[in-house]
Amino acid sequence: MEATVIRTGTEGRTWGGGNEPLKASYGKMMMWFFIVSDALTFSGFLAAYGFSRFKFIDSWPIADEVFNHFPFLHGVEAPMYYVALMTFILIFSSVTMVLAVDAGHHMNKGKVTLYMFLTIIGGAIFVGSQAWEWKNFIQGEYGAVTTNGGNILQFVNTEGERVALADIVVSIPHERIEKSRSSGLWFAENETLPEYTIEEVKAGFEAHPDVLVRTKMFDEEGEKTILSREESLKKLNAEAVGVVQGANLTENEYGPPLFADFFFFITGFHGFHVISGVIINIIIFFNVILGTYERRGSYEMVEKVGLYWHFVDLVWVFVFTFFYLV
Amino acid sequence: MAHSTTHTHESNNKRIWFVFALLSVVTIVEVILGIIRPDILVNTNFLAMKLLNWIFIILTLYKAYYIAWAFMHLEGESKGLRRAVVWTAIFLISYLMFILLTEGDYIFDIYKNSQVAWDF
Repeated sequence: MEATVIRTGTEGRTWGGGNEPLKASYGKMMMWFFIVSDALTFSGFLAAYGFSRFKFIDSWPIADEVFNHFPFLHGVEAPMYYVALMTFILIFSSVTMVLAVDAGHHMNKGKVTLYMFLTIIGGAIFVGSQAWEWKNFIQGEYGAVTTNGGNILQFVNTEGERVALADIVVSIPHERIEKSRSSGLWFAENETLPEYTIEEVKAGFEAHPDVLVRTKMFDEEGEKTILSREESLKKLNAEAVGVVQGANLTENEYGPPLFADFFFFITGFHGFHVISGVIINIIIFFNVILGTYERRGSYEMVEKVGLYWHFVDLVWVFVFTFFYLV
Repeated sequence: MAHSTTHTHESNNKRIWFVFALLSVVTIVEVILGIIRPDILVNTNFLAMKLLNWIFIILTLYKAYYIAWAFMHLEGESKGLRRAVVWTAIFLISYLMFILLTEGDYIFDIYKNSQVAWDF
């Protein structure tokens, strides 16, 4: 640190500079204040998420149903196991980080190197897991039908288990043209067409008498409302206008569009922090190997990136609660 | 702070692993509760929210306290720095949450009781 401080020659005097009223170096104090402002940014996101959730309190998706994938267990309902594992990985990389900081206090270069390395690996695994989670979220599993009013209708069997669109659709021969720039007279391109048309889904629904419509509204027991067969047919024929599979920023098969929007923005913003944290950690890791801090006589830089890294973990604790648990 | 911990190496390491164990146990409890979702906790409302959600939020704050105090070492910082960081955040975040959640609930009521159908 001292290397970057300009001395005024008046350090002894109260206003002469070099005074540390908070007993923390300038760099560390500023890292703390950056963390406070960053925490407020995340709070802004999470509070906005809370706002939208309260606004759609009777129709928000159930997290256990959305995030129920686990690697190599295809088709097995594994609610939350994977995100719990991710949480552990991040907490553990926080532990190795604090161990690196601790080793730095003892000027133990070998241990700092080892623990920094483990921290970077943990961070990388976490970002990879997040990417996998996004892939599942974007791809979707069952598919749903959108209505005039912008709501979604999902399909269940008589036991209340989800039924995928692929299992019920009846193929109707038709011609669908995905417009592209080369086939248009004017500059024109439309969005990717879903796998099935709404007519195919409607016909498939009529052909399967044991399939019912589930709306996104909660009933008194806190479960999603399942309509009777007659109501289902009526609702589907009167309101259904489109097919949606997976999620993007304008629609998703899980619930209100805002659900996916906040998922992308909040976990994305957090993932961005993890990535930048990994990059900063790598820079500091090489500095440790090169002996920069050994020569400087202090491993305070490790402590400062440590603060940032713990903050990323701290934010995840809140994201985990508000996205996956509550 | 760097200097105050130098003498107590053993106990510091021990504390790190203790906090790790604590955070792990709390996370496991949260996940188990999240999977089982016990009926009593889900069906009991306390201050306009399910009791289960209150438990999740309190456990989260408990974890946040340990991360900030032990891992980020706020416990070793001067009182001034600690207060500047913690109270600023707590005050502004509570204010923001209060305003936005109240407003969200209000808009929910408007949608629910209005003359305009929004599920058509």
